[in-house]
Amino acid sequence: MNRSRSRYLIYIPLVLVTIFYLIPLYVMLVTGFKSFDEISLQTMWSLPKSGLHFDNFIEALSKLAPYFKNSIIMVVPAAIISSILGSLNGYILSKWKFPGADLIFPAILFGMFIPYQSILIPLVQFMKSINLYGGVGGLILAHVIYGIPITTLTFRNYYATIPKELLEAARIDGADIMGIYFKIMLPISLPSFVVVLIWQFTSAWNDFLFAVVLTGSQSWPVTVALNNMAGSQIIAWNVQMAGSFLAALPTLLIYIFLGNYFLRGLMAGALKG
Amino acid sequence: MRIDKDRLIGILLVSPSIIAVAIFIYGFIGWSGRVSLSAWKGLNPDYTWVGLKNYINLFSDPRFQVDIRNTVIFTVLFVAGALILGLILAILLDQDLRGESIFRTIFLFPMAISYIVTGVVWRWLMNPAQGERMSGFNILFDKLGLDFLINKWYTTPEWGIAFIAIPAIWQMSGYVMALYLSGLRAIPQELREAARVDGATEVQIYRHIILPLIRPITLSAMIILGHISLKVFDLIISTVGKQLQLDVPAIYMWQTTFDGHFFGRGAAISILLLLSVAVLVIPYLRYSLKTEESL
Repeated sequence: MNRSRSRYLIYIPLVLVTIFYLIPLYVMLVTGFKSFDEISLQTMWSLPKSGLHFDNFIEALSKLAPYFKNSIIMVVPAAIISSILGSLNGYILSKWKFPGADLIFPAILFGMFIPYQSILIPLVQFMKSINLYGGVGGLILAHVIYGIPITTLTFRNYYATIPKELLEAARIDGADIMGIYFKIMLPISLPSFVVVLIWQFTSAWNDFLFAVVLTGSQSWPVTVALNNMAGSQIIAWNVQMAGSFLAALPTLLIYIFLGNYFLRGLMAGALKG
Repeated sequence: MRIDKDRLIGILLVSPSIIAVAIFIYGFIGWSGRVSLSAWKGLNPDYTWVGLKNYINLFSDPRFQVDIRNTVIFTVLFVAGALILGLILAILLDQDLRGESIFRTIFLFPMAISYIVTGVVWRWLMNPAQGERMSGFNILFDKLGLDFLINKWYTTPEWGIAFIAIPAIWQMSGYVMALYLSGLRAIPQELREAARVDGATEVQIYRHIILPLIRPITLSAMIILGHISLKVFDLIISTVGKQLQLDVPAIYMWQTTFDGHFFGRGAAISILLLLSVAVLVIPYLRYSLKTEESL
């Protein structure tokens, strides 16, 4: 009796915290869907009164469209290449350990945690020297290289759970190192590929530091463009809100539809958790 | 024989990544270290050796002192806030509730969003304007008759940085919740049942059985949040821009290097930042990898 009543009480704090979490989303949407005439700071919390309008989203999209394109051009190859590298590394570092492999793995992992400021000056000099500074290409390269630690970790942890006997059997059947990879490891690690691809997509899409340092105004991804838009006095705040929502939408959709894979990537980043 | 050949192929396959990490992480850290010991100022590289001068100057630099103070305040509030909220949410969701997955989805969604988006929205929510130009939470408090809550948010003198912890907690506490929840789920149900049979109350069960068991998660979460907090950059830039009041080392480094062209000083800040992160993360990595081996 007492227990079942207290069960309902649990919902009170949960609902309060839910409100806290949804407030930014509410404000973005409520503002985004109002007509230009209806926008005022006084009524920022009220629902749109004259139906749903898309003016703000259209305005924000027309301003951000080129930067969305840059983000997509940058994120897709970055995610794919770093996932492939991570898979190969994870395979070798878990199943084909060579002398020193157990020292190399933590050394790679540490790269996941460093503040990127500590490699930024050399990175800019390097990109300038190979003529990749200021464009999308340099940004892709940075995301691929600095993505290696997390992708390697996720795949290595996954491949480590695959029993040795499976590999031994394949080897007796005459498969070599690449045969085992393509016939056994790759097919069973497709879910891990989804996890890693999502993770890399999200972190490259959301990145700001590399983008703001390595790209010029022609090649800005959407995060940099949005930040500049928000900093300018010219663009109305309702358009900023609509723009924020649009910039968040791709990763938000991934989260909603592929939440479990997203969560697994999140947990992998915490090592043992 | 064939195994030797396979081994060689294996080494060849990982070597591009190992070389990339060796150069782009360790080589570049070394390079930054060298820059931090140089007089480099201006657009053209200048590697004139100045010893620890850049570091010594930093510690008497008032801006860097503000940075350290801000980092400490932000870290304490953010880590404590996210840990407490995350733990409470995990315990609440661990009660076998209806609608659990909906709550979990809502609490975790900020993790999928860029700090830039978070900052742009919270900049409006925490808009410090008062009177005629009031907006955000201030106008909400005004309309709800909660006038005493109206405040200056991130423009509060001395303590502005404390308010940045609010969006940071908003963004990260769901993650802490997920970490704790996976730990709670790993505790066998029999353990709780046995304690209940012995007459323990729910609160006692949590205090004496469950919380001690999930202590390693608290440690992991503290280290992960702590190192994020030391590196905080995007969130502050997008919420308030470059304001000296809310400056932190990561922003100082970026500004002094790429706007001011004080490369030597910027590199010194970045190396100090790296050392502070390393002190947290290296013992954690050793611990994680060791427990993994013993399994």
